[in-house]
Amino acid sequence: MAPHDLRRPFKRAAITDQQKRRELSLLRQAQNRREAQQQARCLASSILSLQSPVPESEPEQSDIELENASETEQESGALSKDLDVRRASKLRGPEARNWFARQLMLPEWMIDVPDRLSQDWYVFARPAGKRCFVVSSNGTTVSRQRNGSILHHFPSALPAGAKTRDGSGSAQSYCILDCIFHELDQTYYVIDIVCWNGYSLYDCTAEFRFYWLNSKLEESGACNPPSHYHKFRFTAVPVYNCDQSGLYAAYTGVMPYVKDGLLFYNKHAHYQTGNTPLVLVWKDEDCSQYVIDTDSKGEIPSQQQVVLELQDDRKLVTSDEPPVLFGCLDGDIIEKSGLHSGNLLRFAISDGGLSFVDGKLEKADLNYLGKANRARAFADTYSKVLFQFMVRHSPLKIDDLLASINSPDDQENNSSDIEMLLNAPSRVTTV
Amino acid sequence: MEVTQVLLNAQSIDGAVRRNAEESLKQFQEQNLPGFLLSLSGELANEEKPVETRKLAGLILKNALDAKEQHRKFELVQRWLSLDGNAKSQIKACLLKTLSSPVPDAWSTASQVIAKVAGIELPQKQWPELIGSLLSNVHQLQANAKQSTLETLGYLCEEVSPDVIDQDQVNKILTAVVQGMSASEGNPDVRLAATRALYNALGFAQANFSNDMERDYIMRVVCEATLSPEVRIRQAAMECLVSISSTYYEKLAPYIQDIFNITAKAVREDEEPVALQAIEFWSSICDEEIDILEEYGGDFTGDSDIPCFYFIKQALPALVPMLLETLLKQEEGQDQDEGAWNIAMAGGTCLGLVARTVGDDIVPLVVPFTEENITKPDWRQREAATYAFGSILEGPSPEKLIPLVNVALTFMLSALTKDPNSHVKDTTAWTLGRIFEFLHGSVVDSPIITQANCQQIVTVLLQSMKDTPNVAEKACGALYFLAQGYEEVGPSSPLTPFFQEIVQSLLTVTHREDAGESRLRTAAYETLNEVVRCSTDETAPLVLQLVPVIMMELHNTLEGQKLSSDEREKQSELQGLLCGCLQVIIQKLGSSEPTKYVFMQYADQIMGLFLRVFACRNATVHEEAMLAIGALAYATGTDFAKYMPEFYRYLEMGLQNFEEYQVCAVTVGVVGDISRALEEKIVPFCDGIMTQLLKNLSSNQLHRSVKPPIFSCFGDIALAVGEYFEKYLMWAMTALQSAAELSTHTAGEDELIEYTNSLRNGILEAYSGIFQGFKNSPKTQILIPYAPHILRFLDGIYMEKDMDDVVMKTSIGVLGDLADTLGSHVGPLIQQSVSSKDFLNECLSSEDLMIKESAEWAKLAIGRAISV
Repeated sequence: MAPHDLRRPFKRAAITDQQKRRELSLLRQAQNRREAQQQARCLASSILSLQSPVPESEPEQSDIELENASETEQESGALSKDLDVRRASKLRGPEARNWFARQLMLPEWMIDVPDRLSQDWYVFARPAGKRCFVVSSNGTTVSRQRNGSILHHFPSALPAGAKTRDGSGSAQSYCILDCIFHELDQTYYVIDIVCWNGYSLYDCTAEFRFYWLNSKLEESGACNPPSHYHKFRFTAVPVYNCDQSGLYAAYTGVMPYVKDGLLFYNKHAHYQTGNTPLVLVWKDEDCSQYVIDTDSKGEIPSQQQVVLELQDDRKLVTSDEPPVLFGCLDGDIIEKSGLHSGNLLRFAISDGGLSFVDGKLEKADLNYLGKANRARAFADTYSKVLFQFMVRHSPLKIDDLLASINSPDDQENNSSDIEMLLNAPSRVTTV
Repeated sequence: MEVTQVLLNAQSIDGAVRRNAEESLKQFQEQNLPGFLLSLSGELANEEKPVETRKLAGLILKNALDAKEQHRKFELVQRWLSLDGNAKSQIKACLLKTLSSPVPDAWSTASQVIAKVAGIELPQKQWPELIGSLLSNVHQLQANAKQSTLETLGYLCEEVSPDVIDQDQVNKILTAVVQGMSASEGNPDVRLAATRALYNALGFAQANFSNDMERDYIMRVVCEATLSPEVRIRQAAMECLVSISSTYYEKLAPYIQDIFNITAKAVREDEEPVALQAIEFWSSICDEEIDILEEYGGDFTGDSDIPCFYFIKQALPALVPMLLETLLKQEEGQDQDEGAWNIAMAGGTCLGLVARTVGDDIVPLVVPFTEENITKPDWRQREAATYAFGSILEGPSPEKLIPLVNVALTFMLSALTKDPNSHVKDTTAWTLGRIFEFLHGSVVDSPIITQANCQQIVTVLLQSMKDTPNVAEKACGALYFLAQGYEEVGPSSPLTPFFQEIVQSLLTVTHREDAGESRLRTAAYETLNEVVRCSTDETAPLVLQLVPVIMMELHNTLEGQKLSSDEREKQSELQGLLCGCLQVIIQKLGSSEPTKYVFMQYADQIMGLFLRVFACRNATVHEEAMLAIGALAYATGTDFAKYMPEFYRYLEMGLQNFEEYQVCAVTVGVVGDISRALEEKIVPFCDGIMTQLLKNLSSNQLHRSVKPPIFSCFGDIALAVGEYFEKYLMWAMTALQSAAELSTHTAGEDELIEYTNSLRNGILEAYSGIFQGFKNSPKTQILIPYAPHILRFLDGIYMEKDMDDVVMKTSIGVLGDLADTLGSHVGPLIQQSVSSKDFLNECLSSEDLMIKESAEWAKLAIGRAISV
């Protein structure tokens, strides 16, 4: 029994750096686990679903309608490979994913110029990038793409977007922004606003939403450069009245981002989820790299391809509501290929093209190619098929748009509309 | 068999002879264990045998009864218990007989073996006559038999736990021991053996210390022994006082004045080993009072188990001057000597503890000493003055200290560069570190570091990093705390302008020829880590530049030249530091999207380096590399899949490392990281990982602290792979279920509560992951049979009331997950459970936000499950 050692640490810190590293690692792992669980439990989305104006029964018709070829092709290429992964990943919080997929307002393609463009519409250049919903709540910010998958999970200066030391932001406070993430400068370009600090803007006009967006976003500090509590910069896109100078500015003006077409917003339109004719997208080769659809290899097929849904009575229709009829499929093919109703089928538009009578589709010369990519959930919309058809044959040019603005019909003033415009901002005070 | 010759041969200088002998001993043991042990005990007891063989025989016997590794120890205990009773009796008789041997090596070995046998048999209620026969020895006249018996009693008390010996026998042991200690015992060896035996027997004396008369008697004898003419006895008696100070703190009040006088005299006049114990007594009292005051927050209401007697506060006016005196007794070169421990060091350490115990009250007692001595020509006075000041920086309030520090700071900075003495500089740098550690950062209202002096501080510290290794190490330490204080400074750090220079200086330090001394290299890397951790976005590009630099350093250590084992050890240490540094950098850069994006260009190369590090056999390095890979996986996400084919075998190796269980634990954590990163892509590796994890759970060789994280890891995997987990579900659920039952049995035992909570947390995290993983899968049905057990488990946790906040949160979360995934299938079952009512309500009204959040989730999910 030797004397016992009684040395104590001398001039030494209480814990070693290695121990600290170990503890910090454990802390990080615990945090990540918690986040993974929370994500699975979709805590944030359960808050959001209370705000959802969409009835649960609404068919998921607009989910995968593809507004822009840049996204289409990137996705479908990856999707065919990752189908199983995708299916498996849906096991966790698929409600959240479906929900998000349905929540975006999706533009129709501009196949003719709407009336009163210069009075009732806004125009802006769409940034090239991933369309996503950015949701801030409970001290964190999540961006979800249209397929519901998470793009980023980060702290932001949006209300309730970061766990700051002053602990601001109650559970009630959250924001939902409609954005495009622009890879090159790692910036979220905000194209619309759905909820701000717990206040829902679904039922507000585009005019009011844009006004609100411009004043609040700047004020929140979200436009500041990235920092510890604010990982990405947010920027509102410049929105113009769609008069001659506005349209010209959006089309030719220098933007801080790469352009991918023009978006037109009807000033009186509420934020309506799914496809809407009150928001339109238009592109040409000068303002977008992705005008004509490409195939999965990124090449432009010699003939335009469309995806249509086969119905019980062998009819081939679009995903519009109500569906637009494109033709009927031969019974032989159905039997030979083992097709049944609900299948999505791919066709090429042959030399006969599309013929119209009184602006309505009368006949389509379709050539059956096979089943659509399994990842596709929905058929094409009518406006997309038509826009693509026009791009190949007689595109709607920027000059046509400018010309319609200058037409006498468009220069008339309508007093009732002006009244509405004036009324809108007054709602600010009642908030 | 005649073992004498074999035992002699086993100690031969001729290697071949030695190996031969060892081999025959091994064979003998395997062929006839009772005969083997009997021969050894016979050899030990035989007075005619040479002392070397008797001693070796005893040692082999001892090793046949005990081992360090828990599972091996368990095997040996079982083996002894199942041994033939007759042989055991003979062996024990030989052992007891040896205690009377005149040969010290023989009886001393025997006394240790007896204690080992007692450690096995007494808990089984075997060998009841042992203590009686030992005590009868004490009354023999023969001094060496007395001595050997007292020593045996000491070892025995060390070996067995107090509850296996009756109070009656305890009384007899204590009586014999205390009698042996008393001044009337003429033989100093006997008195020493008795004093050392008491040290071990103190834990048995609970009842005796509660009896005033018996306690007075024991205390009197111990105090008397501190005055013995024999220094070893004084030291041993002082050790008893130290042990009493922590074991019987609440009984000390009547004796504390006497003990102060005894210890003060020892500190001032006695030889160093005694003086050190005397100081340790007061350090130990500080430990006790700090614990008590921390536990009750100083708000002593009288209902706590052990009240604070404020011994330190009362002794303060005399204690502090005594400790200040010790500070002047420094040894030359103590700062360079890692193993040094002297009275000045002990006194300084104690002074720091006193400051933590009493807070502000110490300040006026120390400041005059510092002021008087800090400018004296004798370095001892300057160093003592500085050390005293450094010691009181933790404990007193910032309001009290900051005015002093504001004055002292300039002086310290100048002393660090200008004082001619290395000791003074060492202590000055250490004191600066303490200033930054306790008085700089977001916790302090009025900053001591301003724009005006920040530049000077950095310049002085960087300058001192070129000083002798011990001073440079302290300067690194000071810089560590300087950086730490700016951890939460916001987007812009005052250190930003110096960042480049600081990093460069630290890297230069790591390359110093003498960086191996005074753990300087380690300190430099640790400081670099902290500087990186606390850096802001402004300096992110500079942190990025550091990546290839550290990678190159690591690469250089891997270039295989033939190294001596000593060099290899140093290299391993360096690799560990570099992996640690990379881990910190990865975690830092990975936490922000723009920097992560740029950092990822290095990912392939870094991973390549880590894989090469695994080829080296050193646990610390493996742990560090593993931690770094966890951070890398987190930053990389799904792309980490490409490293898996190569990395997998090291992952498996880590999971199999039971010996160095820290490595195993860290690897389990990394499996979680990888699951989250890879999601479904982990599937190809799941068979191997799950098999290993299940194996680990059923092993009794693996340290139990690793088991809770393994369960959590099940949850991580299930969440990642979803319904694919079906393959492992039955095995995992069986393991979870039996662990859940085990946790219910062990609950309630005080020291186990913490472990039980961590085990339950792991189990619950596994359930959560599994439920969420299976959610919305067509296979959720297969989980339904497990629901009743899980609900019972949750109810059980609630009823027992000893859960901590974490378990409360995870429990209520599991309830929600179960309802969410199984829905209406379990609606009625959930409604019957206590958890869904009282437990849920309690959680809903909790003040802990995380509990509340989980509870609200559970409420929502249950509502849905019931309404459908």
